[in-house]
Amino acid sequence: MKKNSVISGYCSIRNNKVVVDDKLLFECPSENFGGFAAAIYRHFSISYPKFHKMDNLGKLGFLSAELLLKERNINERYSGEKTGIILMNSASSLDTDRRHQETIKNRNEYFPSPAVFVYTLPNVVIGEICIRHKFFGEGNFFVMEKFNPSFMADYLSQLIDNNIVECCIAGWVEIDGDNFESVLFLVEKNRGTETGIVNFEAATIELIYNSK
Amino acid sequence: MEELVQKLKEEIITALNLSEMKPENIDEKAPLFVDGLGLDSIDALELTVLLEKKYGLKINTAEEGKKVLYSVNSMAEFIRENNKG
Repeated sequence: MKKNSVISGYCSIRNNKVVVDDKLLFECPSENFGGFAAAIYRHFSISYPKFHKMDNLGKLGFLSAELLLKERNINERYSGEKTGIILMNSASSLDTDRRHQETIKNRNEYFPSPAVFVYTLPNVVIGEICIRHKFFGEGNFFVMEKFNPSFMADYLSQLIDNNIVECCIAGWVEIDGDNFESVLFLVEKNRGTETGIVNFEAATIELIYNSK
Repeated sequence: MEELVQKLKEEIITALNLSEMKPENIDEKAPLFVDGLGLDSIDALELTVLLEKKYGLKINTAEEGKKVLYSVNSMAEFIRENNKG
């Protein structure tokens, strides 16, 4: 791995807290993810009507990317074609798969909802983020038993070293019922060593991920 | 008819998760797609399911769909004409 890329920021949404670059930005006790997601949306005055139509995985990924990228102006520094997004989780789209199953399990009440069905793939969250931020680069969603910093670092390094991307959102976006956890990193190539910027490597990713 | 229009508006808001929208914000004469509420193709499918699930009505062709799903009023008219709601 060439040592020329950095983690220039991160956003975690878990334990009913929103943390960006080590700063606790929002905390709200909530009984379920839907209530917590709505509270984040209102608190940060986000205006994006399509948000309300997303499934919970989409909402979690969207909010994480929104807060991670706020005021970083990455669209001014990187072309959409060179900006990618690589995510992973363990539950895939199971949360929405179950909702879809509810709509089709009874033969006499067989009304599958198109709006639910379209989210029965985990990579749809990548599409939502790409549409919002105009990213056209590499997009990939991996399903793994648990967050795998080594795999993430190796995969992303390949993309960066081969000049496939110059900037990438990478991380873990997991939701199943009311259990949710998201940690997204902003990885940039050839960025200077300013305050708060750390080298992009597996150990650093792991350290940030484990800093609950 | 007015009661049906009001009911339809509420059902559309629920079915399409238009949680920032209130029934009074929806112009029953305005186009639902592109302009108006700016709905998309998935929303069109969702409205088709709504008509079938709540009113037992099927839209049989794309052409009919365009006419029926043009506005809240046209949906209400379709329900009224088929008299199953």
